[in-house]
Amino acid sequence: MKDQISIEVHNLTVSYGAGPVLWDVDFELPTGKIIGVIGPNGSGKTTLLKTIMGLLEPSSGYVKIQNKSLNEVRDKIAYVPQRTSVDWDFPASVYDVVMMGRYGKRNLIRRPNNADVEIVEQSIQKVGLSDFRDRQISQLSGGQQQRVFIARALAQKADIYLLDEPFAGVDAATESSIISILEEMRNEGKTVLIIHHDLQTVLEHFEYLVLLNTRLIAKGNLQEVFTKENLSNAYGGQLTLLSKVVEIIKATDFPIREKDVDL
Amino acid sequence: MNDFWIILTASLVAINASVLGVFLVLRKMSMMGDAISHAVLPGIVVAYYFSGDRTSPLMLLGAALTGLITAFLIDWLAKKVKIQGDASIGITYTLLFAVGMIMISGWFKGNVDIDLDCVLYGDIAMINLDKIIVDQNLYLGPRAFYVELVAGLIIFLFVILGFRGFKLLSFDEDYGLALGINMNFWHYLMMGLVSLVTVVSFEVVGAVLVIGFLIIPAATAQLITKRLIPMIFTACGFGIIAVLVGFYLANWMNVSITGAMIAVSGILFFKVMMINAMVSRKKLRVKMH
Repeated sequence: MKDQISIEVHNLTVSYGAGPVLWDVDFELPTGKIIGVIGPNGSGKTTLLKTIMGLLEPSSGYVKIQNKSLNEVRDKIAYVPQRTSVDWDFPASVYDVVMMGRYGKRNLIRRPNNADVEIVEQSIQKVGLSDFRDRQISQLSGGQQQRVFIARALAQKADIYLLDEPFAGVDAATESSIISILEEMRNEGKTVLIIHHDLQTVLEHFEYLVLLNTRLIAKGNLQEVFTKENLSNAYGGQLTLLSKVVEIIKATDFPIREKDVDL
Repeated sequence: MNDFWIILTASLVAINASVLGVFLVLRKMSMMGDAISHAVLPGIVVAYYFSGDRTSPLMLLGAALTGLITAFLIDWLAKKVKIQGDASIGITYTLLFAVGMIMISGWFKGNVDIDLDCVLYGDIAMINLDKIIVDQNLYLGPRAFYVELVAGLIIFLFVILGFRGFKLLSFDEDYGLALGINMNFWHYLMMGLVSLVTVVSFEVVGAVLVIGFLIIPAATAQLITKRLIPMIFTACGFGIIAVLVGFYLANWMNVSITGAMIAVSGILFFKVMMINAMVSRKKLRVKMH
């Protein structure tokens, strides 16, 4: 089970109009890990996630999930978009939004059954929003809204979860509660792929990393990827940021192996 | 009796438009309704040319088809040619409307008995001239009422059956795609229904003001409701109030009926907005004490 590949991406190039956003990205990801996707702004992290989910059409290359095409395993993969991608003034309650996780191609017309209702209630409970079940989503804090999105993905009962910046604009307490939910999922054998931009917390959150800047810079276990060399390859001139990270690496007394990673 | 039919027909227009308007407002696509209501003109003219009859179902089909083409063209310009969304709306509907104008004023002149003023402004006071009478003398009401009724039934059927699809489309289209749902189907189904509502309503309230029936009651309802289904019913309620008050106001002041209805609708929006702001300020004060 451990060696199984969750997501594989081959020779993936994606471009909007002018230049490519992703260029010849090629990797395979393991199953049952919390995987971070990091890279500077505009490095194609969100584009990568959207392409894996089939929301964007690649110019070349392909994506496989559990060794099958996306459409064969739609119900095995759940997507948590950026919180700011929707209008939270929408007239819906927490329950309404989480219920959307139970929608699918085949059951959009029929009413949700008891099993659906139970799964939705469990998902809301898991993210600790039971008290807010009937509250309109505009009356929630940013962290609570993020947890609504996670509950909606949980309600899909998938094997693989893709999260786009789940920690953006949430407080530290919410961040650690989200992490503990994700760790629990990992322990159940689920794969969790997270886009993350805060380098300072990378060491705490992830065990596996994909480092991206239009091209794939590095991928692999945390120790192999989170090195000064790789980071300066990905982040280029942003040296002040980099030196801060190096300090963090030193401070946590992290064993750094200085070796070139084959690209 | 004539007044009764006018109010009933206008109320149906308001209900049909408000239900779809809720989704348009939530999708921030209000101007799409405006675009479609104007762009269906060439479809109406062509269908009228071939059927020679304003009551033909071919008219509905022709207009609905043009509506869908409009929606498709706007999408295509925005997504594939990458023109700004509002610019693509402006380009598409003025072009199609202009084609319709040329058809009416030149090409089909004499063959097509459509008055541009009537298309733009409608004439609700005239709907009683086109009556449905069975058995020579049993008067069932104006034709426009029955057209609205059928359109209303179609809209309600689709909104009830496709409620989850429309909800997903309005809240988070990308998530729907990620679930493997064909969101294009739901988008074009909605655009088809919007075309239907604008076409059946244009001779009653006109192509210009139908956008008011689509958007204003829905926007008013959004101010005070917290769930989708109550928002739909509240929007219908505001639409009907505007029709009733507008009708009697127009009679009393002897002005345009549709004009008065939309004006009342707009004033109602600002009233609700102000009351809403006052209530929330009061709540805040109570909390602070």
